[in-house]
Amino acid sequence: MNDRQPLRHSRHILLPEICIEGRRQLPDTGVPNKPATGPNIAHAANAAVNLAALLRILLLLLALPFATGLHATEQPSGPPIRIGLTPVFLDDQATFINEWRDYLQHHLNQPVIFVQRGTYREIVELLSSGKLDFAWLCGYPYVRNKKIFRLVAVPLYQGKPLYQSYLIVPSSDKQTRSLDDLRGKNFAFSDPDSNSGHLYTEYLLAKQGSNPTSFFSKSFFTWSHRKVVEAVAIGLAQGGAVDGYVWDTLVLAHPELTSKTRIVSKSPPFGHPPFVASAVTPKQDIAALQQALLHMAQDKVGSRLMKKLNLDNFVYGDDHLFDGIEEMARFVANTRNSASEK
Amino acid sequence: MLHLKNISLKYKIPLRVTVLVSVTAFVLASTLVYRGIEDLRNNMIANADRMGRVIADTVVQPMLHDDVWRSLEIINAPFRIPEYHAPDQGAEYILILNAANKVYVATQPERFPLLSDPTAIEPRYAEILKSLPDLHNPVPTIIEPHKSANLFLLIPIQSDGLRIGTLVMSYPKSPFMSSFYSLTQGAILTTLLVIIVLLPLGMYWGRKMAAPLLQLSDAMRNITPALPEPGEIMLEESDDEIGQLGKAFKGMLTELKEKEQLQQQVISSNRLAAIGRLTAGIAHEINNPLGGMLNAISTYKKHGLQDTLTLKTLSILERGLIQIKETVAALLVEAKPKARPFDQNDVEDIRTLIQPDVKAKQINFTGEIDIAGIRSLPSTLVRQVIINLLLNAVQATQEHGQVILDIYSENGNLIIDVANSGSYIPKEKVAYLFEPFISQNETGSGLGLWVIYQIVQQLGGHVSVQSEPDETRFTVQLPLQKN
Repeated sequence: MNDRQPLRHSRHILLPEICIEGRRQLPDTGVPNKPATGPNIAHAANAAVNLAALLRILLLLLALPFATGLHATEQPSGPPIRIGLTPVFLDDQATFINEWRDYLQHHLNQPVIFVQRGTYREIVELLSSGKLDFAWLCGYPYVRNKKIFRLVAVPLYQGKPLYQSYLIVPSSDKQTRSLDDLRGKNFAFSDPDSNSGHLYTEYLLAKQGSNPTSFFSKSFFTWSHRKVVEAVAIGLAQGGAVDGYVWDTLVLAHPELTSKTRIVSKSPPFGHPPFVASAVTPKQDIAALQQALLHMAQDKVGSRLMKKLNLDNFVYGDDHLFDGIEEMARFVANTRNSASEK
Repeated sequence: MLHLKNISLKYKIPLRVTVLVSVTAFVLASTLVYRGIEDLRNNMIANADRMGRVIADTVVQPMLHDDVWRSLEIINAPFRIPEYHAPDQGAEYILILNAANKVYVATQPERFPLLSDPTAIEPRYAEILKSLPDLHNPVPTIIEPHKSANLFLLIPIQSDGLRIGTLVMSYPKSPFMSSFYSLTQGAILTTLLVIIVLLPLGMYWGRKMAAPLLQLSDAMRNITPALPEPGEIMLEESDDEIGQLGKAFKGMLTELKEKEQLQQQVISSNRLAAIGRLTAGIAHEINNPLGGMLNAISTYKKHGLQDTLTLKTLSILERGLIQIKETVAALLVEAKPKARPFDQNDVEDIRTLIQPDVKAKQINFTGEIDIAGIRSLPSTLVRQVIINLLLNAVQATQEHGQVILDIYSENGNLIIDVANSGSYIPKEKVAYLFEPFISQNETGSGLGLWVIYQIVQQLGGHVSVQSEPDETRFTVQLPLQKN
């Protein structure tokens, strides 16, 4: 399964660039604004000339994707900053993401490319291999890659750089009081590399000497917190682990979805998913992004975007915020290792 | 009991039109409805198959990765398309069975929980699982369990020639029923409309067809007791079957009429001939003893005793016998070939003879006589015919009436035409008019016309009568022999 992943990357890698940038780049491709002179095509005398014109247009059309790539850096100029996004927030809002990108481009005076992938792992791999400059990640992958990633900023949610993991069940389920009641049921996790959507529940089970595979009848990943809520809401899973901040935000944006679920229990607070930088990202870039993020709550557009994110602000943050996650990660890793040794 | 064949054409034809329209509509509608449903079904199956194969192909990788959520997103994709919920297109649910035929994932997860046994949820799945599709079967596998409201389309999910699961798409059959109802309803409405339009037309046709037949049957009913005149019968003129029937009937009527007239003439002349023969025989038988008796009386008068009583008695006998002789003589009209020919003098004599009667009744007596060159007819007989006819006419005419006598020759015949005003002879009496002792009035002997008839018969001629309320005309036609 591992050797398949790079293949998936290479196949998908161009698409977001085109999609996000393509909208504004199309007029700049240099395609002559002169359409192929339609009536002349029928003219036998002009046939050769028109054929040439047609070929030229075809070539230009073929060159379009490359041209788009080339022109991606045009406004503002300079090398683009690539920021990886994961579903630690509601990342399925293309309009909002475009606005945020434009905002950051404006404040960084540098092109910004947001890169989204299906899993946390892909973003982590891109970041660790230096193909991304920054990423908004979960604390769990951050603590595992603490040595190579650098903390850039942490969001403030309800005044604190903290969030919780929620255990949710369908609202029709009135009985469940704790995770123990979900033994032998189907359970939805968000991402294997998510703290709130996987690690915390796995940690709870590991403390009991159990694990998701044996505890649940069936557990599966939906690869996003929002979809955990969906899976629980439609009854595919009888329980799910979800990012509390995402659930709270969904209550605002899609109450019809969250109303079909019920929170059974909340975890202790953990460090909110942080913005991190790769090992090779230049220091001035890190500082620039820090400034841009921290500045957001202070201007009009930025505060509107922050409101959409349902966050108060970004702060510098402290590595110790993630100690709790680190501890759980260590405990779970040890349990796994001992289990595999047996 | 109203029998179908006794119903009038006026109703039968519209009824038949209705039956025809209904049968046609039923056959057409059944075919169209069947085709419509079949098309709908085929269309739905084709769509479902196409979509199912795309899903089955796409879901392979998530299934190999045991990614339940992705698999659900894939099978859920069709339900996100708004048109997919159109009643004739959408599946009720889609589910994936894993290799062990347990629910891998379903679009109705609450009904079909993960890893549940579908047969425990829907007993129909026992039947469905029996006919899992062949991996390489290009034809969609469709299962319609007995009495099921759904039909199921099964598509294998395979990787590298290995079945890793089965895609089950359940489609409700209700769209077929509802479109069956709507199509049928439409067909019935159209049929009713057509019938409403055609019914008056059928009634019109029915009337149109029945009317001439009714006329014909009325005419046929009226041929008794007396045959109607062909002109009196109103029948539709056309060349179709009914028209031909009418024509044939008219032809038949004309022939019957001719035959009847001929028959009557034959009967009449036969009777007159028989009467003539009878009277002649009787007259001869009477004349012989009568002559003897009259001779005996005459002899006795000359040579017998002359006492008064005897003479008186003999006179009475003689007068009676003479009356018998005269009557018999009148009955027995005999030709007298040696008589002189009829000429203008006879006409003058006749005028003179008739004058007192004409004057007595103040009758306007006119006529044209043209008998120049006619010499072959015996005067005595012709005179008797004319005098008898004129006396009859004068007698029958009211005072100040009119009598016309025309005599002329035409086509080798002498025509004697006597017409008078008034005194209509009813039709039924005409047939017996020339028989003896048939009298129109109380005063006559009843022998006048009989004598005329006998004379005309002897002369090889013909007598006819035409009587209308204001004019009665006797026409005698006598052949002129060329000497």
